[in-house]
Amino acid sequence: MMRHLIPLALLAATPAVAQEKPVLTVYAGESVASEWGPGPKIEEGFEAFCACDLRFVTGDILPRLLMEGAATEADIVFGLNTDVTARARASGLFAPHGQDVSGLSLPIAWDDPIFLPYNWGETAFVYDETRLENPPTSFAGLLDAPDDLKIVIQDPRSSVSGLALLLWVKAAFGDAAPEAWARLAPKVLTVTKGWSESYGMFTEGEADMVLSYTTSPAYHIAAENDTTKHAAIFPEGQYFMAELAGQIASTDQPLLAQAFMDWILTPGFQEVIPLANWSLPAKLPQEQWPQVMRDLPRPEKTLFLSETEAQSLRDEALDEWLRAFSR
Amino acid sequence: MAAGILALGAPRVPALGGALVAGALAALIMGTLAAVAWQAQGLAALGPWDWRAVRFTLWQAALSAALSAVLAIPVARALARRRFPGRGALVTLLGAPFILPVIVAIMGLIAVFGRNGVINETLRAAGLPEFSVYGWQGVILAHVFFNLPLSVRLILQGWQAIPAERFRLADSLGFGPADTARHLERPMLRAVLPGVWLAVFLVCLTSFTVALALGGGPSATTVELAIYQAFRFDFDLGRAAALGLVQIGLSLAAMGLARRIAIPAAFGAGLQAARGPAGPRGWRVAADAMAIALAAVFLLWPVLAVTAAGLPALPALPPEVWQAALRSVLMALASALLALALGLTLALAIARGRGGWIEAAGMLPIVASPLVLGTGLFILLRGWVATDMLALPLTVLINAIMALPFGLRALIPAARTLQADFGRLADSLDLRGPARLRLLVLPRLAPQLGFSGGLAAALGMGDLGVITLFATDSPTLPLKLYQLMGSYRMAEASACAVLLMAISFALFWLFDRGGRLA
Repeated sequence: MMRHLIPLALLAATPAVAQEKPVLTVYAGESVASEWGPGPKIEEGFEAFCACDLRFVTGDILPRLLMEGAATEADIVFGLNTDVTARARASGLFAPHGQDVSGLSLPIAWDDPIFLPYNWGETAFVYDETRLENPPTSFAGLLDAPDDLKIVIQDPRSSVSGLALLLWVKAAFGDAAPEAWARLAPKVLTVTKGWSESYGMFTEGEADMVLSYTTSPAYHIAAENDTTKHAAIFPEGQYFMAELAGQIASTDQPLLAQAFMDWILTPGFQEVIPLANWSLPAKLPQEQWPQVMRDLPRPEKTLFLSETEAQSLRDEALDEWLRAFSR
Repeated sequence: MAAGILALGAPRVPALGGALVAGALAALIMGTLAAVAWQAQGLAALGPWDWRAVRFTLWQAALSAALSAVLAIPVARALARRRFPGRGALVTLLGAPFILPVIVAIMGLIAVFGRNGVINETLRAAGLPEFSVYGWQGVILAHVFFNLPLSVRLILQGWQAIPAERFRLADSLGFGPADTARHLERPMLRAVLPGVWLAVFLVCLTSFTVALALGGGPSATTVELAIYQAFRFDFDLGRAAALGLVQIGLSLAAMGLARRIAIPAAFGAGLQAARGPAGPRGWRVAADAMAIALAAVFLLWPVLAVTAAGLPALPALPPEVWQAALRSVLMALASALLALALGLTLALAIARGRGGWIEAAGMLPIVASPLVLGTGLFILLRGWVATDMLALPLTVLINAIMALPFGLRALIPAARTLQADFGRLADSLDLRGPARLRLLVLPRLAPQLGFSGGLAAALGMGDLGVITLFATDSPTLPLKLYQLMGSYRMAEASACAVLLMAISFALFWLFDRGGRLA
């Protein structure tokens, strides 16, 4: 019996390749292409007019791309984070997106000719009002909170949101960042590899607050009818994060790749984002956001470090972070 | 070296198959490391934080291994000398944590030992200080939870390998429990424990997710995390390769140490111990019962907690999850068969000759960084074949290789005993090739083969493997679990965890049971 099972298993490894249509290969982050992410809707939407086959290839996209270099099969890279663009840009693999980026619905100015944002949000500490009755109302308040207020965060070495926290603290506290970390460290219950493990611990009730996004409560409201989860909005500001798309210069499908880039900022694409990606659309008037997103409290201040600042600060910030935890 | 003495009578047939497999293994592991270093154009120097990671990795692995081995002794002894209804099922069940997917095990441990877990609820109610599972103590706890089952199984096999005739002889000589311990049990432990310690030490050496989830912060950084950081955060392949080399160096040193300490027990040939010795009466009955009960509670409670949490959402899982489950089962079966073929070839070669390097090559996968292995393969294969197509076959291959060392720990001693007890007889009867395999090897090694195959199938089921780098559009079940967690669907993720756990366990049970009945 086993003799028949092995070819079967290998068969399962072979994607259906019965196509005459041209294929647009899109490297995307793990969460994008699952049936619970925006991937399927994006695929469906694009294939409706491109006369092509959009193929998501998911995984560790940036390391893979850097290793493949110009020989990469990717035509589009989808889901790069704002804080790692310096290295992606330095690879020289990307071509300009050619889009008009005026009138984006972002809280910061955007004039990058290479990377095109398709969604955004801010980092925030999320809490459950039934478990944390008096949440800190400022970042300073969080630092001053008693040490039995426990938070879970992500490791900046393995997670983009963890890296964003590092830069958030740097942007909010500047040279006082080491002291801020020294006061935050005793409240850190644990540091997880990625966002998922942290968020799971938070929903299990292990931690009072979790490092997540300002848009996280929208999921609980829209999908679970649960209005007890909130993002703490700090007057010091929340740190901006966006996910970006870029087209590969050496693509063998330049027209398709351009068509995809041209589609990203259109309403047909942008309307998919809020309730599939649980983040905010990069170009869509606020009136057209789903009610649940419009109702979320917006931060008064958005912090963001440019990619050059982020790149030059990250090693120092990481060192400060490591030091704070090794006392 | 001791194997050489035992096998003195055996003809020096070059164990070609074993040498080939071992050579291929070593080439794969060292070759992928070299590929990563080559891509980086050399090794890069390690920073102070890397060395801190090396120190933490070493001491947590040594302590976790020592605790797992020591705690396993009373449990294994109790299981070896007591007979009670459901004993066989319990022995299988106690193996559960070892084959649990890491992420599922962490969920279970948090449900029991976490801030809101049962233990702390009880402590709070009693007005006692709480126990924090976050910190180095949590890492050790999790490692003992994972590896106690392996230790118990290996030591139990040691106990069962003492021929029943020896215990009957001891009885007729009027041995008390202390005499039995001195003449039979301690020599056996002396032979088995270093290997047990080594196996657990090596597992903990490459620990990654456990240390990261329960470590409480970066002071619990392991070498594997430093490798991950070098890849993901710094894209410094040279440092990744250097760290991978350090990891392998540490493990080779540990293997050398364990070899020096181990003194093989020679009990000679006997009929298979169909039934173990009757245990001593008196207070020792209660002590044995206590050891078994404590181990069962410690090992099974987290499993039950995960099951209880995930079961309600199980029927609501979408069809894609079931498809992924089927794909993962097929891959796990393929991994198991491959691991069995490789393991048996290696074990027989090791039993026949000196085979020191073959054994070391067989243990090497345990410490090879999956990240280095995956990345190295990616670098080597890219440009030759479409890497996307290879994601699943390579996952099967790597999972088989990763499971190999555990299977070998069970197979090697059994193959040595077989060779020592029956090798000369079989040789004198000119029993060779397929006939020897069918008439002698397979029947005598069936329990160990079942155990190894079960381990490989279960470990292959739960492992994310190299799949994240190679990328695929045919997701496996563990990948689905992460995708669910990544889209806020924690309830469905726990249901997926239950499914993953149930399948891993069923696969292990089928193989293990099959092997013991054969």
